[in-house]
Amino acid sequence: MSELIRMTAAELSEKLRAKEVSSVEVTQAHLDRIAEVDGDVHAFLHISENALTTAAAIDAARLDGTEHSPLAGVPIAIKDVLCTVDMPSTAGSKILEGWVPPYDATVVRRLREAGLVPLGKTNMDEFAMGSSTEHSAYGPTRNPWDLERIPGGSGGGSAAAVAAFEAPVALGSDTGGSIRQPAAVTGSVGVKPTYGAVSRYGAIALASSLDQVGPVSRTVLDSALVQDIIGGHDPHDSTSLTDGWPSFADAARQGLAERSFKGVRVGVVKQFQGEGFQAGVQQRFDESLELLAKNGAEIVEIDAPSFEYAVAAYYLILPAEASSNLAKFDSVRFGLRVSPPGATVDKVMAATREEGFGDEVKRRIILGTYALSAGYYDAYYGSAQKVRTLIQRDFASAFEKVDVLVSPAAPTTAFKLGEKLDDPLAMYLNDITTIPANLAGVPGMGLPIGLAPEDGLPVGMQLMAPAREDARLYRHGAALESLLEEQWGGSLLAQAPALEPAEMEAARDGAV
Amino acid sequence: MSEITPEQVAHLANLARIDLTEDEIAKLTGELGAIVDSVAKVSEVATPDVPATSHPIPLQNVWRPDEIGDVLTPEEALAGAPERDGDRFKVSAILGEEQ
Repeated sequence: MSELIRMTAAELSEKLRAKEVSSVEVTQAHLDRIAEVDGDVHAFLHISENALTTAAAIDAARLDGTEHSPLAGVPIAIKDVLCTVDMPSTAGSKILEGWVPPYDATVVRRLREAGLVPLGKTNMDEFAMGSSTEHSAYGPTRNPWDLERIPGGSGGGSAAAVAAFEAPVALGSDTGGSIRQPAAVTGSVGVKPTYGAVSRYGAIALASSLDQVGPVSRTVLDSALVQDIIGGHDPHDSTSLTDGWPSFADAARQGLAERSFKGVRVGVVKQFQGEGFQAGVQQRFDESLELLAKNGAEIVEIDAPSFEYAVAAYYLILPAEASSNLAKFDSVRFGLRVSPPGATVDKVMAATREEGFGDEVKRRIILGTYALSAGYYDAYYGSAQKVRTLIQRDFASAFEKVDVLVSPAAPTTAFKLGEKLDDPLAMYLNDITTIPANLAGVPGMGLPIGLAPEDGLPVGMQLMAPAREDARLYRHGAALESLLEEQWGGSLLAQAPALEPAEMEAARDGAV
Repeated sequence: MSEITPEQVAHLANLARIDLTEDEIAKLTGELGAIVDSVAKVSEVATPDVPATSHPIPLQNVWRPDEIGDVLTPEEALAGAPERDGDRFKVSAILGEEQ
């Protein structure tokens, strides 16, 4: 295995800028790794045919002295929810099979302008509806730590790609935890920025008031470097904030230099502990709190009573918005068309949507249609919007007392494929700790804090900060990461079992 | 328990333009009932004095100059169409014989 695939984006950037290595070499190493392990991991739905050409162009520009972007030449994987003009963009759905968009998402355009090399599109739950990637119409992604387990979702493909060293960094999208929960169960890092900090233009919408695009990586600094590139105002997205943003990479580097929590008030959400949380998750979380305290943090318990209603509110607001957003899949302008003989256009739509949508998508569209129906609207959707206000108030009150809030990033470690597939409510509870941040629009980060003793699988911590204070996540996240890696003697992912072809055969023979 | 009936699910599916099979309707009736029971707890705390929030970070009057920006060409716009007729999307009849 090439040492290049083990490097972080920041390390690759240094080597590329020093011309010790070319982007073609780096890109080829990752394509080789994908060829070697992705048959089993299935993080990718599509591999770019242009990656090496793009890399060669960046190498040439660097030799000419015209390429100076910090991450130029670094490969990146892109979640399939994001539109790319040179690759199909299906959002994991059969209804968009083979669809090539006529424009790039703003975040994709910014990656290209910064010289990153798109490797391909990553797998996801259909239209980002799920917590396990099992709802992809193209088959599940497998967790690189244990191929019989889920990689989280909906962005299991992006998380697995970085965890399996198929890409140093990736893009995800997070509507209720789809970046942070996969990070937790794969031992990687993922950030949901402040709502409006990163453009949603060209991201196939799930729930427009909750969706946010963000970075996926193996280190906090790498996520910061990516958010520095993709973030900032975009006139194409009317919810995009016009704020000027600090350098998140500088914030991460500050945290790495400080390695201290002196004077930092850390709030622990009372509602996200104890019952419902796996023993090893709780243990590693408690140990991390001790580590923070030992390094100067003031730990404060925060009562956020409305958070107990977050999942309920979310599963009204999300389906309601999704049922409206997915009305565009009507067999007219793009995607699948199923035409029963002699059928009028409404029958063609109904037949197309029956065949093109999977079970979970149908479930949520019907639920959303119900929640928005006359006679039920006030009781369900209206009440859910009020809960959203209460959750925002809980955050506001918490951030008067503390600088950051923390919780486990997921209640359990990775569960087995199929384990929760027939129980939608059990599946929905995987996002219990991540949903409040989406409802309130505040930024959140998932980062690894160890392995659960009972199963040896990764555990993640979630950091949350007030809206517009994404820099706090990067600063304190990087400091915590550095303190933990000192204890571990390296990164957590360095402890992941090797995904060598021979062992993969054994795993496959053992499975099913 | 909520009162989700198979007839209601069939009606919702019709509104949402999804041709569900009988089996799907039966399965969804039970699942939706359980989900609706679970999410109904929002009404416990949603008292009349609490204002609704529709958007996490509200913005007002997001304008742009009334100028033509990047637009798709007809060819680009039609590139993904299942069926086209010249520069138009082609669909089957809007009205059936019974209309």
